[in-house]
Amino acid sequence: MLKIENLHVKLEEEDKVILNGVDLEIPAGSVHAIMGPNGSGKSTLSYVLSGREGYEVTDGSATLDGEDLLDMDPEQRAAHGLFLAFQYPVEIPGVGNMTFLRTAMNAQRKARGLPEISAPDFLKLVREKAKALKISADMLKRPVNVGFSGGEKKRNEILQMAVLEPRMCILDETDSGLDVDAMKLVADGVNALRDEGRSFLVITHYQRLLDHIKPDVVHIMADGKIVETGGPELAIKVETEGYAHLENKVA
Amino acid sequence: MATDAKRKAAEALLHVLPLPGHEAGWARDARAAARTRLLEAGAPARRDEYWKYTDPGRLTAPIAVVGETSDAPQMQSQFGDVHPRRLRFVNGHFRPDLSDDAAQPGLHVMMLSEALQQDIAPAREIFGHLEAAGHEKVARPLAALNTACATEGLALHVTGQVTEPLHLRHDQIGEGSSLLHHVIRVEPGASLMLLESGTVTNKVLEVDVAEGGSFQHVRIQEGPRAPSASHIFARIGAEAQFKTFTLTADGEMTRNEVVMDFVGESAVGHIAGAVLAKGESHIDNTVFVTHGAPGCESRQVFKNVLTDKARGIFQGKIFVRQVAQKTDGYQISQSVLLTEGAEFSAKPELEIYADDVKCSHGSTTGKLDEAAMFYLRSRGVPEAEAEAMLVAAFAEEAFEEIENEALAGAMRAHVAAWMAERAQASTGKNTGTAG
Repeated sequence: MLKIENLHVKLEEEDKVILNGVDLEIPAGSVHAIMGPNGSGKSTLSYVLSGREGYEVTDGSATLDGEDLLDMDPEQRAAHGLFLAFQYPVEIPGVGNMTFLRTAMNAQRKARGLPEISAPDFLKLVREKAKALKISADMLKRPVNVGFSGGEKKRNEILQMAVLEPRMCILDETDSGLDVDAMKLVADGVNALRDEGRSFLVITHYQRLLDHIKPDVVHIMADGKIVETGGPELAIKVETEGYAHLENKVA
Repeated sequence: MATDAKRKAAEALLHVLPLPGHEAGWARDARAAARTRLLEAGAPARRDEYWKYTDPGRLTAPIAVVGETSDAPQMQSQFGDVHPRRLRFVNGHFRPDLSDDAAQPGLHVMMLSEALQQDIAPAREIFGHLEAAGHEKVARPLAALNTACATEGLALHVTGQVTEPLHLRHDQIGEGSSLLHHVIRVEPGASLMLLESGTVTNKVLEVDVAEGGSFQHVRIQEGPRAPSASHIFARIGAEAQFKTFTLTADGEMTRNEVVMDFVGESAVGHIAGAVLAKGESHIDNTVFVTHGAPGCESRQVFKNVLTDKARGIFQGKIFVRQVAQKTDGYQISQSVLLTEGAEFSAKPELEIYADDVKCSHGSTTGKLDEAAMFYLRSRGVPEAEAEAMLVAAFAEEAFEEIENEALAGAMRAHVAAWMAERAQASTGKNTGTAG
């Protein structure tokens, strides 16, 4: 589904290389995790894949089902089924959560040549998904993420994911700032979406999220590259040994 | 005292405008006093502090009055689901053939030209007087010019709670200038909602709201328009309410001044506006609020959406006299610049002589929030739609100043349509380049 080859990325504004030849392939239906120390380039990878400005791809490619992602606007990537759950979801005063979600959903449907969803159908869908994530009617009415706690923001990300039903979901440090109960809610939300047609890339610093969202493959990233790939046991190794053992691999 | 050049420019302005005739003595006195005010102040010039950001040149070129016409321009409802009674003017003349019957319980409608020939108390007490009072701190020569020369307008006497809103519409056909001067008296406990649209080269609206009265005003200025200057002078009595909102979209040059004077205790006065400007449009909102009585609340809320090489200006002053204890004054002017060439200038001012007041002002300018743009787009919302959502959210505080929800909705729709048109124009351009 997602195929990244030899991806090199630098910051647009300065001559700083962040990704230094990333290779990664995620087949349909699987969950891959990327772990790595701070500054290894994990979050940058998620931003580059979703189309945030400020990065320059100097080499390599990234495709979603064979289509060049890097050539698309962020909204086109979303319409093609890519979704990024933000590490820091953005507050948007004055834009209602429901209005936002409905606009997004209909824009994606339009891009795919589907008719708009009716207001009652949309409402029913959102209420059903919100209930599972314990998102109150009040939160749905409020402006996007405004006044939400850290945990509420992350649950709101998962709600958007559940409603928009993307095929390729990237979760960028979704566990950061979550207590155990909130992490369980978020993980349950993600697990409910696991499906043979849907893939996940879970970016995390710690192993604990992977106790709840069991990955098929774990990658370790350091200095802008994937330096080690293995099964779930690799995450446990990181948890006990830390990232110190990577130093000789990077060099 | 005006310099020779400014005085000569003022004389030139008076010279091209016809002298009104056959009026009552009081009206002639008001005209003469206005001429004196104009000549003493002189025509506005770029060097005047009050015209620092707006070159008055395009507003002070002497242009003869446009001729009367029997044309009947089409007009569409600009106020959504609100269906007011229409009173239409074309080229500065009232057109009964295009107008509804405005008569309603609690509302007396007269043409200004008639009122100036008679001895009618509200018109006599207001015409030129509120305008003159508005010169106390800053000269307003274009308003004095209007009082000296405008021959037509409405004289409204509101004696009860008027249920249906009035819509004053002015169309201008052909080259030349047009002037209108409206005087409105709202009696104690009475109320009126006035809607306005169209273009007038030089317009003055004098509104006297007596104790406990209420005056609500919503105005739309849009489309390709000749340069225009407008003044609203409001005198607000105790516990009265005055609210004015203006949506200004594009147009070569627009200068709107609102001068609001609290003369009785515990009154409320809100002045708000939304500006949408593209191309080389220049839109200036200048506000002067005088708190001359205790316990009044004033609000100024202006939101500017600017693109291309458009310029938005806001000059706002809150002047609090010593007697005006417990004043609550608020002022905010903000802009979003959708492209790099657009510009916004703001000059907020406070002058306070009372010691127990609450006054605040703020001004911001900048691009749309990039993080929010990316967030919306990453969920599939196309760029133009994401911009429109953020612009709508940005302007919302101004729309909240409109009490009537249907009218507020109509104003939101104007903003959405303007953003959609802008998106379409840029798509067209892109396709053009590609082809």
